[in-house]
Amino acid sequence: MGMTMTQKILAAAAHLPSVEAGQLIEADLDLVLGNDITSPVAIHEMDKFTKQGVFDKDKIALVMDHFIPNKDIKSAEHCKCVRQFAAKHDITNYFDVGQMGIEHALLPESGLTVAGDVIIGADSHTCTYGALGAFSTGVGSTDMAAGMATGKAWFKVPSAIRFNLVGKPSKWVSGKDVILHIIGMIGVDGALYRSMEFVGEGVKNLSMDDRFTIANMAIEAGGKNGIFPVDDAAIAYMKEHASRPYKIYEADADAVYDEEYTIDLSALKSTVAFPHLPENTRTVDEITEEIAIDQAVIGSCTNGRIEDLRCAAKILEGRKVKKGVRCIVIPATQKVYLQAMEEGLLKTFIEAGAVVSTPTCGPCLGGYMGILAEGERCVSTTNRNFVGRMGHVKSEVYLASPAVAAASAVTGIISAPDALGL
Amino acid sequence: MKAYGRVFKYGDNVDTDVIIPARYLNSSDPAELATHCMEDIDKDFIHKVKKGDIIVAEKNFGCGSSREHAPIAIKAAGVSCVIAETFARIFYRNAINIGLPIIECPEASKGISAGDEVEVDFDSGIIYNRTKGTQFKGQAFPEFMQKIIQAEGLINYINQK
Repeated sequence: MGMTMTQKILAAAAHLPSVEAGQLIEADLDLVLGNDITSPVAIHEMDKFTKQGVFDKDKIALVMDHFIPNKDIKSAEHCKCVRQFAAKHDITNYFDVGQMGIEHALLPESGLTVAGDVIIGADSHTCTYGALGAFSTGVGSTDMAAGMATGKAWFKVPSAIRFNLVGKPSKWVSGKDVILHIIGMIGVDGALYRSMEFVGEGVKNLSMDDRFTIANMAIEAGGKNGIFPVDDAAIAYMKEHASRPYKIYEADADAVYDEEYTIDLSALKSTVAFPHLPENTRTVDEITEEIAIDQAVIGSCTNGRIEDLRCAAKILEGRKVKKGVRCIVIPATQKVYLQAMEEGLLKTFIEAGAVVSTPTCGPCLGGYMGILAEGERCVSTTNRNFVGRMGHVKSEVYLASPAVAAASAVTGIISAPDALGL
Repeated sequence: MKAYGRVFKYGDNVDTDVIIPARYLNSSDPAELATHCMEDIDKDFIHKVKKGDIIVAEKNFGCGSSREHAPIAIKAAGVSCVIAETFARIFYRNAINIGLPIIECPEASKGISAGDEVEVDFDSGIIYNRTKGTQFKGQAFPEFMQKIIQAEGLINYINQK
Protein backbone atom coordinates (compact mmCIF):
# COMPACT_ATOMS: atom_id res chain seq x y z
CA MET A 1 0.00 0.00 0.00
CA GLY A 2 1.32 3.44 -0.88
CA MET A 3 2.28 6.02 1.71
CA THR A 4 1.29 9.65 2.12
CA MET A 5 3.94 12.35 2.26
CA THR A 6 3.76 12.42 6.06
CA GLN A 7 3.99 8.63 6.32
CA LYS A 8 7.11 8.61 4.13
CA ILE A 9 8.87 11.15 6.32
CA LEU A 10 7.92 9.23 9.47
CA ALA A 11 9.04 5.87 8.00
CA ALA A 12 12.46 7.33 7.18
CA ALA A 13 12.80 8.87 10.66
CA ALA A 14 11.86 5.54 12.26
CA HIS A 15 14.32 3.64 10.02
CA LEU A 16 11.50 1.49 8.62
CA PRO A 17 10.91 0.58 4.96
CA SER A 18 7.24 1.49 5.31
CA VAL A 19 4.62 2.46 7.88
CA GLU A 20 0.86 2.45 7.89
CA ALA A 21 -1.82 4.50 9.60
CA GLY A 22 -2.29 3.53 13.25
CA GLN A 23 1.20 2.05 13.68
CA LEU A 24 3.13 3.20 16.75
CA ILE A 25 6.68 4.22 15.92
CA GLU A 26 9.67 5.86 17.52
CA ALA A 27 11.20 8.52 15.29
CA ASP A 28 14.46 10.46 15.32
CA LEU A 29 13.97 14.18 15.76
CA ASP A 30 15.67 16.92 13.74
CA LEU A 31 14.55 19.74 16.00
CA VAL A 32 12.90 20.13 19.40
CA LEU A 33 11.29 23.48 20.13
CA GLY A 34 9.99 25.24 23.21
CA ASN A 35 8.95 28.74 24.26
CA ASP A 36 8.91 30.78 27.45
CA ILE A 37 5.63 29.23 28.65
CA THR A 38 6.24 25.57 27.85
CA SER A 39 10.01 25.27 28.33
CA PRO A 40 10.08 25.89 32.11
CA VAL A 41 7.74 22.92 32.61
CA ALA A 42 9.96 20.82 30.32
CA ILE A 43 13.12 21.89 32.13
CA HIS A 44 11.55 20.89 35.44
CA GLU A 45 10.73 17.47 33.93
CA MET A 46 14.31 17.14 32.62
CA ASP A 47 15.54 17.26 36.22
CA LYS A 48 13.82 13.91 36.83
CA PHE A 49 15.97 12.12 34.27
CA THR A 50 18.56 9.79 35.69
CA LYS A 51 20.73 10.53 32.65
CA GLN A 52 21.27 14.28 32.51
CA GLY A 53 22.08 16.40 29.47
CA VAL A 54 20.61 17.12 26.04
CA PHE A 55 20.82 14.89 22.97
CA ASP A 56 22.21 17.57 20.66
CA LYS A 57 22.71 21.21 21.60
CA ASP A 58 22.34 22.25 17.94
CA LYS A 59 18.94 20.58 17.50
CA ILE A 60 17.06 22.38 20.24
CA ALA A 61 15.45 25.78 19.77
CA LEU A 62 14.30 27.83 22.74
CA VAL A 63 12.38 30.94 21.76
CA MET A 64 11.26 33.52 24.30
CA ASP A 65 8.22 34.96 22.55
CA HIS A 66 4.95 34.71 24.46
CA PHE A 67 5.33 37.17 27.35
CA ILE A 68 8.52 38.92 26.28
CA PRO A 69 9.88 41.55 26.90
CA ASN A 70 8.62 40.21 30.22
CA LYS A 71 5.22 41.47 31.26
CA ASP A 72 5.57 40.71 34.96
CA ILE A 73 7.80 39.17 37.62
CA LYS A 74 6.52 35.63 37.15
CA SER A 75 7.11 35.63 33.40
CA ALA A 76 10.56 37.11 34.02
CA GLU A 77 11.31 34.20 36.36
CA HIS A 78 10.24 31.77 33.63
CA CYS A 79 12.56 33.35 31.08
CA LYS A 80 15.38 33.39 33.61
CA CYS A 81 14.91 29.66 34.14
CA VAL A 82 15.13 29.00 30.38
CA ARG A 83 18.06 31.40 29.94
CA GLN A 84 20.02 29.58 32.64
CA PHE A 85 19.18 26.18 31.13
CA ALA A 86 20.31 27.38 27.67
CA ALA A 87 23.58 28.64 29.11
CA LYS A 88 24.20 25.47 31.14
CA HIS A 89 23.70 23.21 28.11
CA ASP A 90 25.25 25.63 25.63
CA ILE A 91 22.09 25.58 23.48
CA THR A 92 23.00 27.01 20.08
CA ASN A 93 19.55 28.25 19.12
CA TYR A 94 18.43 30.24 22.13
CA PHE A 95 16.53 33.39 21.14
CA ASP A 96 16.04 36.18 23.66
CA VAL A 97 15.12 39.87 23.42
CA GLY A 98 17.04 41.35 20.51
CA GLN A 99 17.15 38.17 18.43
CA MET A 100 13.78 36.70 19.17
CA GLY A 101 10.68 36.63 17.03
CA ILE A 102 7.49 34.61 17.14
CA GLU A 103 8.82 31.06 16.99
CA HIS A 104 6.95 29.81 13.93
CA ALA A 105 7.98 32.80 11.85
CA LEU A 106 11.49 32.89 13.30
CA LEU A 107 12.61 29.28 12.83
CA PRO A 108 11.94 28.95 9.07
CA GLU A 109 13.41 32.43 8.57
CA SER A 110 16.51 31.33 10.50
CA GLY A 111 16.89 28.22 8.34
CA LEU A 112 16.28 25.84 11.24
CA THR A 113 13.40 23.98 9.56
CA VAL A 114 13.73 22.31 6.16
CA ALA A 115 11.91 19.76 4.00
CA GLY A 116 12.02 16.19 5.26
CA ASP A 117 12.59 17.16 8.91
CA VAL A 118 10.75 15.61 11.83
CA ILE A 119 10.12 18.40 14.34
CA ILE A 120 8.28 18.52 17.63
CA GLY A 121 7.55 21.71 19.48
CA ALA A 122 5.89 22.44 22.76
CA ASP A 123 3.54 24.83 21.03
CA SER A 124 0.48 23.75 19.12
CA HIS A 125 1.30 25.85 16.05
CA THR A 126 4.50 23.90 15.44
CA CYS A 127 2.60 22.43 12.47
CA THR A 128 3.58 25.61 10.55
CA TYR A 129 6.77 24.06 9.09
CA GLY A 130 4.71 21.70 6.94
CA ALA A 131 4.71 24.60 4.48
CA LEU A 132 8.31 23.60 3.70
CA GLY A 133 7.54 19.88 3.40
CA ALA A 134 8.59 18.95 6.94
CA PHE A 135 6.64 16.80 9.39
CA SER A 136 6.14 19.03 12.39
CA THR A 137 3.65 18.79 15.19
CA GLY A 138 2.81 20.32 18.52
CA VAL A 139 3.37 18.40 21.75
CA GLY A 140 3.42 19.21 25.44
CA SER A 141 6.27 19.99 27.77
CA THR A 142 6.94 16.40 28.86
CA ASP A 143 7.32 15.28 25.24
CA MET A 144 9.61 18.26 24.73
CA ALA A 145 11.70 17.18 27.74
CA ALA A 146 11.93 13.60 26.49
CA GLY A 147 12.80 14.92 23.02
CA MET A 148 15.55 17.18 24.37
CA ALA A 149 17.02 14.30 26.38
CA THR A 150 16.73 11.46 23.88
CA GLY A 151 16.30 13.02 20.41
CA LYS A 152 13.35 10.72 19.86
CA ALA A 153 9.57 10.78 20.16
CA TRP A 154 6.79 8.22 19.78
CA PHE A 155 4.06 8.79 17.23
CA LYS A 156 0.96 7.04 16.08
CA VAL A 157 1.25 7.18 12.29
CA PRO A 158 -1.62 9.36 11.04
CA SER A 159 -3.95 8.77 8.14
CA ALA A 160 -4.54 11.78 5.92
CA ILE A 161 -7.06 14.05 4.29
CA ARG A 162 -6.04 15.36 0.87
CA PHE A 163 -6.97 18.89 -0.16
CA ASN A 164 -6.61 19.33 -3.88
CA LEU A 165 -6.14 23.06 -4.49
CA VAL A 166 -6.99 24.41 -7.93
CA GLY A 167 -7.18 27.89 -9.43
CA LYS A 168 -5.76 31.20 -8.31
CA PRO A 169 -7.03 33.33 -5.40
CA SER A 170 -8.47 36.70 -6.33
CA LYS A 171 -7.09 40.03 -5.10
CA TRP A 172 -7.19 40.42 -1.28
CA VAL A 173 -7.84 36.69 -0.79
CA SER A 174 -4.90 35.07 0.97
CA GLY A 175 -3.80 31.93 2.79
CA LYS A 176 -5.85 32.94 5.82
CA ASP A 177 -9.07 32.86 3.81
CA VAL A 178 -8.11 29.44 2.40
CA ILE A 179 -7.57 27.87 5.81
CA LEU A 180 -10.59 29.56 7.43
CA HIS A 181 -12.71 28.27 4.55
CA ILE A 182 -11.38 24.74 5.08
CA ILE A 183 -11.91 24.83 8.87
CA GLY A 184 -15.43 26.16 8.30
CA MET A 185 -16.04 23.24 5.95
CA ILE A 186 -14.64 20.36 8.06
CA GLY A 187 -14.96 21.77 11.60
CA VAL A 188 -12.56 22.20 14.51
CA ASP A 189 -12.21 18.43 14.88
CA GLY A 190 -12.57 17.64 11.17
CA ALA A 191 -8.97 16.49 10.86
CA LEU A 192 -8.57 15.10 14.39
CA TYR A 193 -5.43 12.92 14.73
CA ARG A 194 -4.87 13.16 10.94
CA SER A 195 -2.56 14.84 8.44
CA MET A 196 -3.85 17.56 6.17
CA GLU A 197 -1.99 17.27 2.87
CA PHE A 198 -2.37 20.27 0.56
CA VAL A 199 -1.64 19.41 -3.07
CA GLY A 200 -2.66 20.36 -6.60
CA GLU A 201 -1.86 22.89 -9.29
CA GLY A 202 -3.26 25.70 -7.14
CA VAL A 203 -0.35 25.40 -4.69
CA LYS A 204 1.90 27.32 -7.09
CA ASN A 205 -0.46 30.27 -6.78
CA LEU A 206 0.12 30.47 -3.04
CA SER A 207 3.18 32.33 -1.76
CA MET A 208 5.34 30.75 0.93
CA ASP A 209 3.83 33.16 3.47
CA ASP A 210 0.35 31.96 2.42
CA ARG A 211 1.47 28.36 2.90
CA PHE A 212 2.91 29.09 6.37
CA THR A 213 -0.46 30.58 7.35
CA ILE A 214 -2.37 27.55 6.04
CA ALA A 215 -0.11 24.93 7.66
CA ASN A 216 -0.07 26.99 10.88
CA MET A 217 -3.81 26.58 11.38
CA ALA A 218 -4.00 22.83 10.63
CA ILE A 219 -4.25 22.43 14.43
CA GLU A 220 -7.44 24.50 14.43
CA ALA A 221 -9.07 21.67 12.49
CA GLY A 222 -7.60 19.19 15.00
CA GLY A 223 -4.91 18.10 12.51
CA LYS A 224 -1.73 16.39 13.62
CA ASN A 225 0.14 18.22 10.88
CA GLY A 226 -0.41 20.17 7.70
CA ILE A 227 1.96 19.62 4.82
CA PHE A 228 2.70 20.94 1.32
CA PRO A 229 4.71 19.36 -1.49
CA VAL A 230 8.16 20.84 -2.04
CA ASP A 231 8.09 22.91 -5.24
CA ASP A 232 10.37 25.55 -6.74
CA ALA A 233 9.06 28.24 -4.40
CA ALA A 234 9.79 26.10 -1.32
CA ILE A 235 13.26 25.25 -2.63
CA ALA A 236 13.97 28.91 -3.33
CA TYR A 237 12.85 29.79 0.22
CA MET A 238 15.11 27.15 1.77
CA LYS A 239 18.09 28.18 -0.41
CA GLU A 240 17.64 31.76 0.75
CA HIS A 241 17.30 30.95 4.46
CA ALA A 242 18.85 27.57 5.26
CA SER A 243 22.36 26.25 4.96
CA ARG A 244 21.75 22.61 5.84
CA PRO A 245 20.51 20.02 3.33
CA TYR A 246 16.85 19.28 2.83
CA LYS A 247 15.19 16.10 1.65
CA ILE A 248 12.13 15.95 -0.57
CA TYR A 249 9.49 13.29 0.06
CA GLU A 250 6.53 12.80 -2.25
CA ALA A 251 3.33 10.88 -1.61
CA ASP A 252 3.07 7.59 -3.49
CA ALA A 253 0.66 7.59 -6.43
CA ASP A 254 -1.36 4.86 -4.67
CA ALA A 255 -1.35 6.51 -1.24
CA VAL A 256 -4.64 6.08 0.56
CA TYR A 257 -6.56 9.07 1.94
CA ASP A 258 -9.49 9.02 4.36
CA GLU A 259 -11.15 11.86 2.51
CA GLU A 260 -10.43 14.12 -0.45
CA TYR A 261 -11.64 17.64 -1.10
CA THR A 262 -11.14 19.93 -4.07
CA ILE A 263 -10.89 23.62 -3.23
CA ASP A 264 -11.21 26.15 -6.04
CA LEU A 265 -9.06 29.03 -4.81
CA SER A 266 -10.56 31.40 -7.40
CA ALA A 267 -14.01 30.96 -5.82
CA LEU A 268 -12.89 31.91 -2.29
CA LYS A 269 -13.82 35.23 -0.71
CA SER A 270 -12.62 37.18 2.31
CA THR A 271 -13.64 34.98 5.24
CA VAL A 272 -14.15 35.68 8.95
CA ALA A 273 -14.48 33.22 11.85
CA PHE A 274 -17.05 34.45 14.37
CA PRO A 275 -16.79 33.86 18.13
CA HIS A 276 -16.07 31.44 19.71
CA LEU A 277 -14.72 28.78 17.36
CA PRO A 278 -12.53 29.00 14.23
CA GLU A 279 -15.16 26.88 12.42
CA ASN A 280 -17.86 29.58 12.72
CA THR A 281 -16.99 31.06 9.35
CA ARG A 282 -18.87 33.43 7.08
CA THR A 283 -17.62 35.27 4.04
CA VAL A 284 -17.60 39.02 4.55
CA ASP A 285 -20.27 39.47 1.85
CA GLU A 286 -22.55 37.15 3.86
CA ILE A 287 -22.43 39.49 6.86
CA THR A 288 -25.61 41.53 6.75
CA GLU A 289 -25.32 43.28 10.12
CA GLU A 290 -22.79 45.96 11.05
CA ILE A 291 -20.29 44.49 13.50
CA ALA A 292 -18.55 47.40 15.19
CA ILE A 293 -15.06 46.69 16.50
CA ASP A 294 -12.97 48.18 19.30
CA GLN A 295 -9.63 46.74 18.24
CA ALA A 296 -7.80 45.29 15.24
CA VAL A 297 -4.71 43.11 15.71
CA ILE A 298 -2.38 42.42 12.79
CA GLY A 299 0.35 39.96 13.70
CA SER A 300 1.00 36.53 15.29
CA CYS A 301 2.60 33.29 14.07
CA THR A 302 -0.30 33.04 11.64
CA ASN A 303 -0.12 36.46 9.98
CA GLY A 304 2.84 38.54 11.17
CA ARG A 305 5.11 37.99 8.17
CA ILE A 306 6.28 40.61 5.69
CA GLU A 307 3.59 39.91 3.08
CA ASP A 308 0.93 40.28 5.77
CA LEU A 309 2.30 43.67 6.77
CA ARG A 310 2.63 44.76 3.14
CA CYS A 311 -1.01 43.86 2.55
CA ALA A 312 -2.18 45.78 5.64
CA ALA A 313 -0.03 48.77 4.69
CA LYS A 314 -1.51 48.89 1.18
CA ILE A 315 -4.92 49.32 2.76
CA LEU A 316 -3.86 51.74 5.50
CA GLU A 317 -1.74 53.90 3.15
CA GLY A 318 -3.22 57.39 3.12
CA ARG A 319 -6.12 56.35 5.36
CA LYS A 320 -6.81 56.66 9.07
CA VAL A 321 -7.79 54.12 11.66
CA LYS A 322 -11.39 54.89 12.65
CA LYS A 323 -11.73 57.03 15.78
CA GLY A 324 -12.43 54.74 18.72
CA VAL A 325 -10.64 51.74 17.19
CA ARG A 326 -7.23 50.60 18.47
CA CYS A 327 -5.09 49.09 15.72
CA ILE A 328 -2.09 47.06 16.89
CA VAL A 329 0.51 45.86 14.37
CA ILE A 330 3.02 43.24 15.53
CA PRO A 331 5.82 42.25 13.13
CA ALA A 332 6.56 38.59 13.83
CA THR A 333 10.36 38.82 13.92
CA GLN A 334 13.14 41.38 14.16
CA LYS A 335 13.91 40.75 10.49
CA VAL A 336 10.30 41.36 9.46
CA TYR A 337 10.33 44.50 11.64
CA LEU A 338 13.49 45.79 9.94
CA GLN A 339 12.21 44.96 6.49
CA ALA A 340 8.91 46.72 7.23
CA MET A 341 10.89 49.74 8.39
CA GLU A 342 13.06 49.78 5.27
CA GLU A 343 10.03 49.47 3.03
CA GLY A 344 8.30 52.36 4.81
CA LEU A 345 5.46 50.19 6.11
CA LEU A 346 5.95 51.25 9.73
CA LYS A 347 5.61 54.90 8.71
CA THR A 348 2.35 54.04 6.97
CA PHE A 349 1.04 52.28 10.08
CA ILE A 350 1.99 55.07 12.42
CA GLU A 351 0.62 57.79 10.15
CA ALA A 352 -2.64 55.85 9.93
CA GLY A 353 -2.91 55.89 13.72
CA ALA A 354 -1.88 52.30 14.42
CA VAL A 355 0.74 51.27 16.97
CA VAL A 356 3.66 49.01 16.09
CA SER A 357 4.89 46.60 18.75
CA THR A 358 8.07 44.62 19.25
CA PRO A 359 7.65 40.97 18.12
CA THR A 360 5.55 39.03 20.66
CA CYS A 361 2.66 36.58 20.79
CA GLY A 362 1.17 39.11 23.23
CA PRO A 363 -2.56 39.60 22.69
CA CYS A 364 -3.16 36.46 20.61
CA LEU A 365 -3.39 34.33 23.73
CA GLY A 366 -4.51 37.11 26.03
CA GLY A 367 -1.03 37.60 27.46
CA TYR A 368 -0.61 41.36 27.22
CA MET A 369 -0.25 44.16 24.65
CA GLY A 370 -3.91 44.45 23.70
CA ILE A 371 -6.16 42.68 26.21
CA LEU A 372 -9.90 43.16 25.73
CA ALA A 373 -12.33 44.45 28.36
CA GLU A 374 -15.83 43.07 28.95
CA GLY A 375 -18.03 43.42 25.89
CA GLU A 376 -15.21 44.52 23.55
CA ARG A 377 -14.76 43.15 20.05
CA CYS A 378 -11.56 42.60 18.12
CA VAL A 379 -10.93 41.61 14.53
CA SER A 380 -7.66 39.76 14.57
CA THR A 381 -5.29 37.99 12.19
CA THR A 382 -4.48 35.50 14.96
CA ASN A 383 -5.60 31.86 15.08
CA ARG A 384 -8.06 31.31 17.94
CA ASN A 385 -11.27 33.00 19.03
CA PHE A 386 -12.15 30.82 22.03
CA VAL A 387 -14.01 32.24 25.04
CA GLY A 388 -11.66 34.61 26.89
CA ARG A 389 -8.83 34.02 24.44
CA MET A 390 -7.84 37.70 24.20
CA GLY A 391 -9.09 38.90 27.54
CA HIS A 392 -12.43 39.10 29.33
CA VAL A 393 -14.70 36.03 29.01
CA LYS A 394 -17.34 38.35 27.59
CA SER A 395 -15.07 39.81 24.91
CA GLU A 396 -15.15 38.63 21.30
CA VAL A 397 -12.51 37.80 18.70
CA TYR A 398 -13.25 37.63 14.96
CA LEU A 399 -10.51 35.87 13.00
CA ALA A 400 -9.65 37.29 9.59
CA SER A 401 -6.92 38.02 7.06
CA PRO A 402 -4.61 41.06 7.29
CA ALA A 403 -6.64 42.63 4.45
CA VAL A 404 -9.91 42.34 6.38
CA ALA A 405 -8.32 43.41 9.69
CA ALA A 406 -6.80 46.52 8.09
CA ALA A 407 -9.97 47.43 6.19
CA SER A 408 -12.04 46.94 9.35
CA ALA A 409 -9.66 49.16 11.32
CA VAL A 410 -10.45 51.96 8.85
CA THR A 411 -14.22 51.49 8.62
CA GLY A 412 -14.72 50.53 12.29
CA ILE A 413 -16.92 47.61 11.31
CA ILE A 414 -15.93 44.21 9.93
CA SER A 415 -15.26 44.89 6.26
CA ALA A 416 -13.40 43.62 3.23
CA PRO A 417 -11.12 46.02 1.34
CA ASP A 418 -13.80 46.58 -1.33
CA ALA A 419 -15.70 48.64 1.26
CA LEU A 420 -12.89 51.18 0.73
CA GLY A 421 -13.16 50.98 -3.03
CA LEU A 422 -10.05 48.80 -3.22
CA MET B 1 -6.23 0.70 39.05
CA LYS B 2 -9.63 2.33 39.58
CA ALA B 3 -11.21 5.76 39.79
CA TYR B 4 -14.40 6.64 41.66
CA GLY B 5 -16.04 10.02 41.87
CA ARG B 6 -18.80 12.44 41.11
CA VAL B 7 -19.14 13.78 37.59
CA PHE B 8 -18.68 17.29 36.22
CA LYS B 9 -20.22 17.33 32.75
CA TYR B 10 -19.25 19.56 29.80
CA GLY B 11 -20.05 19.74 26.07
CA ASP B 12 -18.08 19.82 22.81
CA ASN B 13 -14.73 21.53 22.19
CA VAL B 14 -13.71 22.36 25.76
CA ASP B 15 -10.48 24.19 24.85
CA THR B 16 -7.29 24.57 26.85
CA ASP B 17 -7.88 28.32 27.14
CA VAL B 18 -10.98 27.72 29.28
CA ILE B 19 -9.32 24.83 31.16
CA ILE B 20 -6.47 27.14 32.20
CA PRO B 21 -6.57 30.69 30.81
CA ALA B 22 -3.29 32.06 29.46
CA ARG B 23 -3.35 34.91 31.97
CA TYR B 24 -2.29 32.32 34.55
CA LEU B 25 0.47 30.74 32.43
CA ASN B 26 3.08 32.92 34.05
CA SER B 27 3.04 30.16 36.66
CA SER B 28 3.94 26.50 36.23
CA ASP B 29 3.15 25.48 39.83
CA PRO B 30 0.51 22.70 39.73
CA ALA B 31 -1.20 23.81 42.96
CA GLU B 32 -1.48 27.41 41.74
CA LEU B 33 -2.70 26.33 38.29
CA ALA B 34 -5.33 24.12 39.94
CA THR B 35 -6.90 27.13 41.66
CA HIS B 36 -7.86 28.48 38.21
CA CYS B 37 -8.83 25.15 36.64
CA MET B 38 -11.92 25.44 34.35
CA GLU B 39 -12.31 29.07 35.47
CA ASP B 40 -13.55 30.47 32.14
CA ILE B 41 -16.12 27.73 31.54
CA ASP B 42 -17.27 26.93 35.08
CA LYS B 43 -16.38 29.36 37.85
CA ASP B 44 -17.80 27.04 40.52
CA PHE B 45 -15.76 23.99 39.49
CA ILE B 46 -12.79 24.64 41.72
CA HIS B 47 -15.01 25.29 44.76
CA LYS B 48 -17.01 22.11 44.26
CA VAL B 49 -14.46 19.57 43.00
CA LYS B 50 -13.39 16.87 45.44
CA LYS B 51 -10.48 14.46 45.19
CA GLY B 52 -11.39 11.59 42.90
CA ASP B 53 -14.08 13.43 40.91
CA ILE B 54 -14.42 12.76 37.22
CA ILE B 55 -14.84 15.07 34.21
CA VAL B 56 -17.09 13.82 31.40
CA ALA B 57 -17.26 15.77 28.15
CA GLU B 58 -18.35 15.40 24.57
CA LYS B 59 -16.27 15.88 21.39
CA ASN B 60 -12.71 17.23 21.05
CA PHE B 61 -11.92 17.81 24.73
CA GLY B 62 -8.71 19.80 25.23
CA CYS B 63 -8.54 21.39 21.79
CA GLY B 64 -6.32 24.39 21.13
CA SER B 65 -3.03 25.18 22.76
CA SER B 66 -0.39 22.55 23.63
CA ARG B 67 -0.11 23.84 27.19
CA GLU B 68 0.58 20.89 29.46
CA HIS B 69 -0.63 23.23 32.20
CA ALA B 70 -4.16 22.11 31.21
CA PRO B 71 -3.94 18.42 32.23
CA ILE B 72 -1.60 19.44 35.08
CA ALA B 73 -4.28 21.80 36.45
CA ILE B 74 -6.98 19.12 36.12
CA LYS B 75 -4.85 16.49 37.85
CA ALA B 76 -3.77 18.88 40.61
CA ALA B 77 -7.42 19.85 41.20
CA GLY B 78 -7.97 16.23 42.24
CA VAL B 79 -9.69 14.87 39.14
CA SER B 80 -9.07 11.12 38.82
CA CYS B 81 -10.14 10.59 35.21
CA VAL B 82 -11.45 12.45 32.16
CA ILE B 83 -13.94 10.65 29.90
CA ALA B 84 -14.87 12.16 26.53
CA GLU B 85 -16.33 11.23 23.21
CA THR B 86 -13.00 12.30 21.64
CA PHE B 87 -9.91 14.19 22.78
CA ALA B 88 -7.77 16.68 20.88
CA ARG B 89 -4.52 14.89 20.15
CA ILE B 90 -2.01 17.09 21.99
CA PHE B 91 -4.14 17.01 25.14
CA TYR B 92 -4.37 13.22 24.81
CA ARG B 93 -0.56 12.88 24.66
CA ASN B 94 -0.04 15.35 27.47
CA ALA B 95 -2.51 13.63 29.78
CA ILE B 96 -0.84 10.25 29.27
CA ASN B 97 2.61 11.78 29.65
CA ILE B 98 1.82 13.33 33.03
CA GLY B 99 -0.15 10.30 34.22
CA LEU B 100 -3.71 11.69 34.09
CA PRO B 101 -5.98 8.80 33.03
CA ILE B 102 -8.30 9.62 30.13
CA ILE B 103 -10.72 7.42 28.25
CA GLU B 104 -12.49 7.87 24.92
CA CYS B 105 -16.03 6.48 25.08
CA PRO B 106 -18.88 8.10 23.12
CA GLU B 107 -21.53 5.94 24.83
CA ALA B 108 -20.36 6.91 28.32
CA SER B 109 -20.26 10.55 27.28
CA LYS B 110 -23.94 10.30 26.29
CA GLY B 111 -25.03 8.08 29.19
CA ILE B 112 -23.52 10.02 32.09
CA SER B 113 -25.02 13.20 33.57
CA ALA B 114 -23.62 15.88 35.85
CA GLY B 115 -23.56 14.70 39.45
CA ASP B 116 -23.66 10.96 38.62
CA GLU B 117 -21.32 8.76 40.63
CA VAL B 118 -19.05 6.88 38.28
CA GLU B 119 -16.42 4.17 38.68
CA VAL B 120 -13.75 3.48 36.09
CA ASP B 121 -11.72 0.27 35.95
CA PHE B 122 -8.60 1.07 33.95
CA ASP B 123 -7.55 -2.55 33.57
CA SER B 124 -10.74 -3.55 31.79
CA GLY B 125 -11.69 -0.13 30.39
CA ILE B 126 -15.17 -0.55 31.88
CA ILE B 127 -16.98 2.55 33.08
CA TYR B 128 -19.78 1.96 35.65
CA ASN B 129 -22.44 4.61 36.18
CA ARG B 130 -23.33 3.75 39.81
CA THR B 131 -26.12 6.36 39.92
CA LYS B 132 -27.97 5.05 36.88
CA GLY B 133 -26.88 1.41 37.14
CA THR B 134 -25.45 1.32 33.62
CA GLN B 135 -22.03 0.41 32.26
CA PHE B 136 -19.95 1.20 29.19
CA LYS B 137 -16.85 -0.27 27.58
CA GLY B 138 -14.22 2.40 27.06
CA GLN B 139 -11.22 2.14 24.81
CA ALA B 140 -8.45 0.35 26.73
CA PHE B 141 -4.94 1.81 26.57
CA PRO B 142 -2.24 0.10 24.51
CA GLU B 143 0.27 -1.63 26.78
CA PHE B 144 3.01 1.00 26.53
CA MET B 145 0.55 3.77 27.47
CA GLN B 146 -0.53 1.78 30.54
CA LYS B 147 3.11 1.51 31.50
CA ILE B 148 3.56 5.28 31.18
CA ILE B 149 0.52 5.87 33.41
CA GLN B 150 1.68 3.26 35.93
CA ALA B 151 5.11 4.89 36.02
CA GLU B 152 3.26 8.19 36.70
CA GLY B 153 4.55 9.83 33.56
CA LEU B 154 6.77 9.53 30.53
CA ILE B 155 10.03 10.58 32.21
CA ASN B 156 9.84 7.88 34.89
CA TYR B 157 8.96 5.39 32.17
CA ILE B 158 12.05 6.36 30.15
CA ASN B 159 14.18 6.16 33.30
CA GLN B 160 12.96 2.60 33.86
CA LYS B 161 13.70 1.48 30.30
